[in-house]
Amino acid sequence: MEVVLAIVIGGLYGTGLYMMMRRSIVKLIIGLVLLGHATNLLILTASGLVRASPPLIPEGEVVPVLPIADPLPQAVILTAIVIGFGVVAFTVVLIHRTYQANATDDIELIAEVEP
Amino acid sequence: MNNVLVLPLIIPLVSAAIMLIFWRWRFIQHFFGILGPAGILISSIVLLNSVRQNGIQVDQIGSWPAPFGITLVADLFSAIMVLMTGLMGLAIAIFSLASIDPQRRLFGYYPLLNILLLGVSGAFLTGDIFNLYVWFEVMLIASFVLMALGGEQAQILGAIKYVTLNLLSSALFLAGVGLLYAAVGTLNMADLAIKLGEVEHPEYISALAMLFLVAFGIKAAMFPLFFWLPASYHTPPVPVSAIFAALLTKVGAYALIRVFTLLFTQEVFFTHTLILVLAGFTMVTGVLGAVAQFDFRRLLSFHIISQIGYLMMGLGLFTVHSLAGSVIFMVHVILAKSTLFLISGITHRLHGTFELKKLGGLYRSYPLLAFLFLIPALSLAGIPPLSGFFAKLALIQAGLAIEQYYIVATALGVSILTLFSMIKIWAEAFWKPLPAETSLLKSYLPAEAPSGAMHILVSPIIVLAAITVIVGLAAEPVFSLAFEAAEQLMNPAGYIQAVMGGNP
Repeated sequence: MEVVLAIVIGGLYGTGLYMMMRRSIVKLIIGLVLLGHATNLLILTASGLVRASPPLIPEGEVVPVLPIADPLPQAVILTAIVIGFGVVAFTVVLIHRTYQANATDDIELIAEVEP
Repeated sequence: MNNVLVLPLIIPLVSAAIMLIFWRWRFIQHFFGILGPAGILISSIVLLNSVRQNGIQVDQIGSWPAPFGITLVADLFSAIMVLMTGLMGLAIAIFSLASIDPQRRLFGYYPLLNILLLGVSGAFLTGDIFNLYVWFEVMLIASFVLMALGGEQAQILGAIKYVTLNLLSSALFLAGVGLLYAAVGTLNMADLAIKLGEVEHPEYISALAMLFLVAFGIKAAMFPLFFWLPASYHTPPVPVSAIFAALLTKVGAYALIRVFTLLFTQEVFFTHTLILVLAGFTMVTGVLGAVAQFDFRRLLSFHIISQIGYLMMGLGLFTVHSLAGSVIFMVHVILAKSTLFLISGITHRLHGTFELKKLGGLYRSYPLLAFLFLIPALSLAGIPPLSGFFAKLALIQAGLAIEQYYIVATALGVSILTLFSMIKIWAEAFWKPLPAETSLLKSYLPAEAPSGAMHILVSPIIVLAAITVIVGLAAEPVFSLAFEAAEQLMNPAGYIQAVMGGNP
């Protein structure tokens, strides 16, 4: 499972960076989103995958029975997703504003307008 | 519980919230816009005082013991940085009263400024590496909006570059945090420092350290990752440029100093030598960029990069003396750089341009402004008895003490080029007669600006320039404070003990 996820993560990073190199700013944003996803998956995979054993304490015990999935990376990822959502919302507004002003999303054409 | 530590975070948060409720009330926006940074300043003075008297201050939020809860830590370095944040916030907020147009104010300029200061103070005070990421994001979101607020074409273009590179850096930082957790299973910085000292393969940790070096290097605008900075810092209104120049790259530099003194000290020869080499290149490329520029703010933007090189030089040399130099340099450069940006704002107000070729004659028409420009400019170049001289003296002495002659030679050479580019501004904007095509006294006052607008604009500059002089003249207490801060940085045992308590 780790191998599959590692390939997926590598693919996401590669695709994300490729999209960021494109001239269209819409693709730039898509690239940023993919980088965020790749990072979240990386955290999940690197801190150890444990299937189908949530960190719950059985009735009558005081400690959970090992092995359990570590909840902390999931909390970290959740926070990162929320932050990423806010950032993407901002960047979408930013490109919308740019498109309104220039009627194009090609960064090269926009840069030529610079005074 | 230790409430002083929470105050620099609570005050700007609450004042931003109040301002958001009273969105359209000019008086409330102005009042809390000033009150927030003033609160940070006052509480940070109290904090610095208590850190000096009682050692490192720690607050475990919600009384969850470290490493399980969220920890706030203030050692001397953090406290000094929060103090500078409050001071800069206050100076910029006062300058903004007379220079931010009503349009930007109605779209939440002052709440955003407070949120920005909240993020910066949080980054300085947190003792948890994931929290550091969160505070970085708070700061970045506020800075993104401040950068784009107003929606001028140049601003939008600058914002796209700024946002993209900063988000890339955040993604790398987050990946580093995740891998660090995977390696040692904790995120609390003091706990990390203990566990990273015990790992079997320090070379993996050094590889991880490189990820952090790149992530923070982008934020601090280190060579070769600085290209976003001169492409964006000259686009927003002057107070925004000034606060960015004063604080944002310094947060990156602070994070580098923090992680490379506390966490990544396994293979000092490799990591810190690399930092030293990058520091040299950062100084040289920054100042060469500045020498080639003829736009007031672009020139200053390149200088920010060059100054970051000096900060990193102190970290790369990695002795108590050199880190003390970095601490003094940090204080000095925050003061000098923001003052210069504010002065560029006044010259723009007077003649309506940032082009040095079109400016002129300011020495004749505004001798006070010319005098105020000379103080930070000469301080930046390192002329005694101003603050910059002592900061550079400490760094160069530290370099000579451990026989790193190349970096010392580079630092001295870059100082001369810094002086050269400052003299260029002096000669172009202040000394030569005003070119005929620039109309004299073209006023750019916003319609509702108070009648004493010029006084409001000049007063923060006078205060900041005075502090630059005082830091230079009263070098002895500043030095002893910086040395205490550097001692704490070089001996993380005290930091770890303070955070982990009796249960390390």
